[in-house]
Amino acid sequence: MSATPLLHIEDLYVDVGGRAVIEGVSLSIAPGEMLGLVGESGCGKSVTALSIMRLLAEPPMQISAGRIGFEGRDILGLDEAELEALRGDDIAMIFQEPMTSLNPVFTIGDQITEVVYLHRKVDRQTADARALELLQRVGIPAPEAALQRYPHQLSGGQRQRVMIAMALACDPKLLVADEPTTALDVTVQAQILDLIDDLRRETGMAVLLITHDLGVVSQYCDRVAVMYGGLVVEEATAMELFAHPKHRYTEALLRTIPASNPPGVELPAIMGTVPPPGQRPVGCTFHPRCHAVVEACPRLMPPLEGQSHLVRCWNPAE
Amino acid sequence: MSLLELRHLSKTYPGPNGAVVQAVSDVSLTIEAGEVLGVVGESGCGKSTLGRALLRLIEPSGGEILLDGKDLVQLSRRAMKPVRRDLQVIFQDPFGALNPRHTVGGIIGEPLKVHRIGTRAEQQARIAELLDLVGLPQDAAGRYPHEFSGGQRQRIAIARALALNPRLLVADEAVSALDVSIQSQIINLIADLQKRLGLSILFISHDLSVIRHVSDRIAVMYLGRVVETGPTETIMQAPKHPYTKALLSAIPRPGVARQQRIVLQGELPDPAHPPAGCAFHTRCPSVMPVCRQTRPALQPLDSSQKGEVACHLYPVQ
Repeated sequence: MSATPLLHIEDLYVDVGGRAVIEGVSLSIAPGEMLGLVGESGCGKSVTALSIMRLLAEPPMQISAGRIGFEGRDILGLDEAELEALRGDDIAMIFQEPMTSLNPVFTIGDQITEVVYLHRKVDRQTADARALELLQRVGIPAPEAALQRYPHQLSGGQRQRVMIAMALACDPKLLVADEPTTALDVTVQAQILDLIDDLRRETGMAVLLITHDLGVVSQYCDRVAVMYGGLVVEEATAMELFAHPKHRYTEALLRTIPASNPPGVELPAIMGTVPPPGQRPVGCTFHPRCHAVVEACPRLMPPLEGQSHLVRCWNPAE
Repeated sequence: MSLLELRHLSKTYPGPNGAVVQAVSDVSLTIEAGEVLGVVGESGCGKSTLGRALLRLIEPSGGEILLDGKDLVQLSRRAMKPVRRDLQVIFQDPFGALNPRHTVGGIIGEPLKVHRIGTRAEQQARIAELLDLVGLPQDAAGRYPHEFSGGQRQRIAIARALALNPRLLVADEAVSALDVSIQSQIINLIADLQKRLGLSILFISHDLSVIRHVSDRIAVMYLGRVVETGPTETIMQAPKHPYTKALLSAIPRPGVARQQRIVLQGELPDPAHPPAGCAFHTRCPSVMPVCRQTRPALQPLDSSQKGEVACHLYPVQ
């Protein structure tokens, strides 16, 4: 971990109508780093991402406590105009569904140059040249022609490339990628993730990669934070986390995936379901599903502790 | 005789500007009694169309569907009805597949009503038995789908599919929408039911790691055609078709470095204008001149192996 993080989230709390969704998340990302945020639906990973961009639907959602520092500035203290200037410029975001993120009635070229105009004082020629350069960089075939096309004329993979081009328009320092390949086919997923990885190595931007896919995280991320029930339960380098998972949830997740098991055997399943916000149990949120419960688990939430490998567990795996 | 045999099954749709989209082209497959056949491929490869056509949820454009040697394509809608007891399906989206206004008991018991099986008391007993079979509590019968999580809803859909004791179950991306920890619960349930009931399953998925886990044999599809078949272990350990190799290699797995993977260039061609020759030649890392001209036929590798492959790299023996 670098001494001066680019982004530093400290003890973030988010609630919806009085029910806590995020219950004290702390994370930091160094410049140029790719941090993976993994977890199942309802764990709060996307809400964390939207909080960084201040894109939560407020109300009903509300950041009730915490601090989000970006290059020393507190994002939570910025007004709407300052946020507008930050979004798409220093921090950019891409989403799972590239079709609904693009405007169907504008050409690809219009949508990319719009971002450029919004943040840079440039003439039309410069903006057009920039759009073309971006499409070339993200590997769109026949980029000149693609500028004139509409989103529906592109495939899912091409649309996600366009989204990435828009995100890169102003050379962001941080790219927040929320399940960017979940809607794509596996062979296209590999292309898009390779592209994001190549771009961050070229440009030195940091990436927060949000995914439910442990395989994706292990191949691309430097560090991984695992979320469960609105909290980070484990955090370590990707190599360390996959070799020596300490939290019982991480351990169980890695064991349960079909790829970790010989064909035909019964998968070591995790019983029960993720508790929805508002119905989270007292003590460690995972304890009703855990096979290694000790006396403290149903009573007290364990703290996130450790040196480089952090874990929130009363009885971690050795 | 196989339980189910597909012979040259095709499904075409009218495409834009008079073009014809070949969703499924000339697919021949067999499923034995008690066998799980995995069908894998990316979106647009025709795997879901195949599943629906063999159930006659959509009408095939050509070919035969032989159940116990009897061709289902020739049957009228009326004659199809008793056959449907043997063929059931579960879909990807357990939210869309259940009527929100019906109780779970009503949903699970509906096939019994439609096919007029048993008295009301017998139907109630069967519902109770089915709830037990899929691991749902008995009080679930009086509740509504919205009260259940995604994994539990998929259990409800499975209970309904099993109500009539089918012989073949088509599972179309049945675990794809579920979270990792729930996915393994449902995979275990399907595998357990398959063994206990001796079911045959056509398991359709884009996810090779799931397919590998549940299937006895695998068929790989690309742009409407089967490009490789074989026993699961053969496909996983020694894939022949360059597409199968790329598909296997594209699955991100913990501990496999990025550099060792084959990353395909380009995307799936437009099914309304498939490439000439082998449909995969536009993305194939081993493409040869012949691939651009002649479509390779799906044929057995050699007499000792059970697999088939459609690729010019493996010339006819």
